[in-house]
Amino acid sequence: MSNFYEDIETKPAEKTFLDSSELILNMGPQHPSTHGVLRVILKLDGEKVLGTECVMGYLHRGVEKIAENRTYVQFNPYVDRMDYVAAVSNGLGYCLAVEKLLNTEAPPRAQYIRVIMTELNRIASHQVWLGTHALDIGALTPLFYTFRDREEILKIFEKYCGARLTTHAFRIGGTQYETYEGFEKDCLEFCDFFLPKCDEYEELLTTNRIWVERTKGVGVITGEECKALGVTGPVLRASGVRWDLRKAQPYSSYQDFDFEVPIGLNGDTFDRYIVRMQEMRQSVRIIRQAVEGLPEGPIMAKIPKVLKPPVGEVYVSIEAPKGELGYFIVSDGSTQPYRVRVRPPSFVNLQALDLMVRGRLVADVVAVIGTLDIVLGEIDR
Amino acid sequence: MPDETKPNDPTSPEAAKPAEPKAEEKPAPPAPAEAKPAAPATPKPAAPAAAAKPPAPTAPAKPAVPTPQPWETELTARLKKKYGSGIRETSTYLGQNYLVVDRSLAHEILEILRDDEDFDYCVDVTAVHYPKKEEPFEIVWILYSFPNNMRVRVKTALPEGAEIPSVFDLWPTVDWLEREVFDMFGIKFTGHPGLKRILLPDEWKGHPLRKDYSILQQDKEWVQINLGIESGQ
Repeated sequence: MSNFYEDIETKPAEKTFLDSSELILNMGPQHPSTHGVLRVILKLDGEKVLGTECVMGYLHRGVEKIAENRTYVQFNPYVDRMDYVAAVSNGLGYCLAVEKLLNTEAPPRAQYIRVIMTELNRIASHQVWLGTHALDIGALTPLFYTFRDREEILKIFEKYCGARLTTHAFRIGGTQYETYEGFEKDCLEFCDFFLPKCDEYEELLTTNRIWVERTKGVGVITGEECKALGVTGPVLRASGVRWDLRKAQPYSSYQDFDFEVPIGLNGDTFDRYIVRMQEMRQSVRIIRQAVEGLPEGPIMAKIPKVLKPPVGEVYVSIEAPKGELGYFIVSDGSTQPYRVRVRPPSFVNLQALDLMVRGRLVADVVAVIGTLDIVLGEIDR
Repeated sequence: MPDETKPNDPTSPEAAKPAEPKAEEKPAPPAPAEAKPAAPATPKPAAPAAAAKPPAPTAPAKPAVPTPQPWETELTARLKKKYGSGIRETSTYLGQNYLVVDRSLAHEILEILRDDEDFDYCVDVTAVHYPKKEEPFEIVWILYSFPNNMRVRVKTALPEGAEIPSVFDLWPTVDWLEREVFDMFGIKFTGHPGLKRILLPDEWKGHPLRKDYSILQQDKEWVQINLGIESGQ
């Protein structure tokens, strides 16, 4: 992969691309199926992919640099702009990391509200994935279904915190807002509403012959390869590794809830699809339990108005919809973080693209980018 | 080990560990005299005992500021036996364990951690810039062990202009992560198969996450040539 350009440049000069069966093709940066501004340079032999090279950074905003120039509280809204389809998860990870640095914890009620919001966001994120992934492969309809139903989640977000996408729902030490009148009812109604919809999506795709042929055996990656490449989240689980940070190292009261971690066996695109569909159903289970068991009490821990975490460093990670999302924060004892490092799941997972498409067809590249579920805002930061 | 993952505190598997050895290791405090940079932690004898207790039940109520505590387990004992002063520090802070190692041993120790201690997943590679220190860069590897459900951070200090061996041969996942460290800090990893910028344009000058790089700073020349505007500000 790394010698890609050299290969091209060292080719004998008299040979033109017409003499060779190899072809260099740019996919992106503006391409509907790259899910943002991602450029993939493909080396092709006919329709066969010989190698890929990802070029990214088009959305680079220097989030980590901005963090060093803002206070802990001021930086909180910025994290929503990384993985913007799962903004709530980003916020949760950041708040947990700073709380760890302050050696404090959100009160139980805040933790439960966080779980409800995060799981709703997981469903919303998977819905965006499903709609766009199916669209890339040629199934147009699921997009309209998933975006229609995602609207219900966004309505809950809007009622709760006033924003639909970049929610900034949580604060360091808990949550800013108490639940609104009818929050529990809305959540439970959504659960009842959503499960049949989930079956509906599956009805459209799971037994659809075109879908099955485009996804079965495509982009296969084994559990060992996933671990070596640091791939986490549904991609890892679809390869047969039952590992979910919500179970392995529970945070924010996840140990209180009864849910399963679905896994796949073959590590192909179809298994990843099934795993994510199951995950949405498990999220519904968690939301139900969290709403029913929502404890009374304060929603904000006692933390000082001006945050000055003691000198030290922590790494805290959560299971975001796309994989392990980690924050490594170094404090020098001042009001601003000395260093914030975000470990973005999309960025690391995208590295597996080359392995998954090498030797396959161009059309599979589209399927594999979709199945990796990347968000460029998070890759480029 | 998996049973220990159940309790509330996500750090408990790690917190549980030091708790046990701590008792039998009471004679340890004098030993850490191995000239640690974090020596200020040890002078007050009351603090280690007091701080060692709280993590075990729950963290929320904490009276004093937490300080890094010595981290002594079989793992660190094995490493110390093998590398002696090459392991400069083994500590735990807020239930998170880390090793500070000599730069020349970093690759070897990471390999041992992967092969013998089952740290089969390299979560992240990053760096921190401390311009005032003699060795201004700190490289941090965050490792995770799937079999033991355990995390550890390995850190090493690096002077300006020095190179550090890449661990691409151990974990292919560090390919882009090391490229990002190179991009943002200008730290070179020897043995990396294709070390070049990843998020910034290839021709960009400067490494933005260095502390001497102002947030308003930019490569004006690049901006003028490639974007056709006077300045990005």
